[in-house]
Formats: sequence, structure tokens, C-alpha cells
Amino acid sequence: MNDPALIWSYLAEGQLLWLAATLAAYLAGDWLFRRAGRQSWANPVMLAVMMLAALLWLTGTDYATYFEGAQFVHFMLGPATVALALPLYDNLPRVRRAALPMLAGLVAGSGVAVVSALAIARAFGIEGPVLASLAPKSTTAPVAIGIAEALGGQPTLTAALVLLTGIFGAIVVTPLLNALKIRDWRARGFSVGVAAHGIGTARAFQVNETAGAFSGIGMGMNAVLTAVIAPLALRLFGG
Amino acid sequence: MIQTLAIILGFQLVGEIASRALALPLPGPVLGLMLLVLALVLRPPLAAHIRAVTQGLLAHLSLFFVPAGVGIVAHLDLLRAHGIGLAAALAGSTVLAIAAGALAFTWVAHWTRQEEPEALRDQGRE
Repeated sequence: MNDPALIWSYLAEGQLLWLAATLAAYLAGDWLFRRAGRQSWANPVMLAVMMLAALLWLTGTDYATYFEGAQFVHFMLGPATVALALPLYDNLPRVRRAALPMLAGLVAGSGVAVVSALAIARAFGIEGPVLASLAPKSTTAPVAIGIAEALGGQPTLTAALVLLTGIFGAIVVTPLLNALKIRDWRARGFSVGVAAHGIGTARAFQVNETAGAFSGIGMGMNAVLTAVIAPLALRLFGG
Repeated sequence: MIQTLAIILGFQLVGEIASRALALPLPGPVLGLMLLVLALVLRPPLAAHIRAVTQGLLAHLSLFFVPAGVGIVAHLDLLRAHGIGLAAALAGSTVLAIAAGALAFTWVAHWTRQEEPEALRDQGRE
């Protein structure tokens, strides 16, 4: 089998190629991110996704084939979430002291995320299942999908909206909080964890260990609160 | 490395089982996170044991979102159908939520005198 076309068709259907491509795209994205001086607009997730999307389009590969290989990387999301226990444990005394500020940040961030998303979408005439899919978009993906399903939304649309929210939040957080003159790493991390889940948390860890720890807590707490807020807010906006 | 992975996967597994068995609104990995914190509180030496691999995982947290992120491309038609409205809702609410969360945190930290001088970003790299 030394015909290049045959080798390609063998590889393109297998897992090795797309697993390797995912790691390579991430390394390239991370390299570009560093080259750009770790600026938030050069988000490594976004860069890697764009490279892989272009590659899939150029080679005519569908997402299901790609995911066959990439699923091994996707699987690591679960263990990485569990791993957030260590920074949380390291910061436990500080977390305990910051209980009230965190509660305030959680209620404000979570409430505003759900209500403002529904209000803006409603103003653009969006309703029904799409509105329900949008409601939990700041929550970590597995929870958001569960909430959207319970509200009559479309799980796949929710997954895409969750990821777009995460990437956008990770890009916008640094200039936004600089403009607001928020200097407390705990507040900076916590708010992006609440509004932009794990991708926001990944951004927080790139910048500061304290921000990362508080971001992970924000993400976890918002998963609980959105499950309560989203159905109420959706009823308010007549989804 | 394998030992730490086994520990982490063990906590995720227990979290997954608890989530389903008790029909909790939290996914397995988040419950696993909470259980691992509890285990670390009860047995502090565990922290040093799992630190190297755990920090390695967290240093590349971004990587694990890439496969799902590529999935956005598979839903471009759905997104395009409601393009402007969804983009405005997503961008607007994310900006407002980050700002509201950070401001509420900072104000309450100030009122309750829980400000931490060492948590300010003056010597941070950003």
C-alpha cells in the first residue's frame, strides 16, 4: 500500500490522524497564543478550532469521523474537572473567608447571564426551543445540555452556544475587567468561571493561579444555580 | 502518573454513579471534584501525591475543549438561521454577566472587609 491516495483514505477513516491533528492544532494554537504575548484575543481553543475546522473542510471530513479520533482528548474533560479539586483545596481557607463575596458574585453573575441572554434574544424575536437552548449557555456543557433538554431546547444547539460563550468570555474578560478596574484576582477568576465555565477557567489559569482556583469554584456553583434560575427566567420570557 | 490518573478516574466514577443513582442535578465530574476536595481535607498527604500530574492536566485545560469546539462547525446552519439575535444575546449577556459578577464580588468583599491585598493583580502578568 504505497499509493498516497490509499494511505490517505486509510488514515482519514482512522482515529490516529484526527487525534494527532487535534494535538498538533492545540500546540500550534498555544504557540501562537504565546507569540501574541498571551493576549486574550489569541485564545488557543479558538485558534485550534479554526485550524481543525479548515482542515475538515479542505479534506471533506465530517465531524463524526473527526470525533472518532478526537474523543480521547474530549474524554479528558472529565478528569480535568476532577483535577480542579487540588487548587480548590489549596485555597480552601481563602475560599471560606470569601464565602459572602462569592455568593454575591454567583447570584449577580448567574442571574444576569440567564436573564440578559433571554431578554436580548427575545428582542430579536427568538422564541421557543431556540430560546430554551440559549438559557443555560453560561453553564458547563454537560449541565447545560441537561437543563436545555428539560426546558424543551435542542441539546446540540446548546452545546455549540456553550462553547461559543466560553470562547467569547475568555477573550473579553481581560480587557473588560481592566476597564472596570477590578484588580482582585479572586473576583476576576470567579466572575469568568460563572459566566464562561471551563473555557473561562482555562483562561484564568493561564493568567493567575488564584484566578484559576476561584474560576473553577464559580463554574461549579453556577452549574447548580442555573438549574434553578433557567426554568424560572424562561417562564418569565414566555419561552 | 498512572496512579494519579487512577485516583482521579476513581473519583470521577464514584461521582458519576452518585449523580445517576441519586438523580442529582450535578454531572459526575463536578461531584468527583467535591469528593476529591473532601478526601484531601481528610487526608492532606494525598495532595503532594497527586500534585504533579494534576497540575499537568490543568496547565492544558484548554486542549480538552478543542474536540467539542470543532463541533460548533457542525452546527453552523442552526447558528446562521438565528445569527444576529444569538450573537447579540451571547456577547451581550456574557459581558454583562462577567461585569455583574466581578462588581458584586468586589463590593461585598469591601463591605465585609474580606479584601485580600495579596490577591491584587499588580505583579501579575497580563
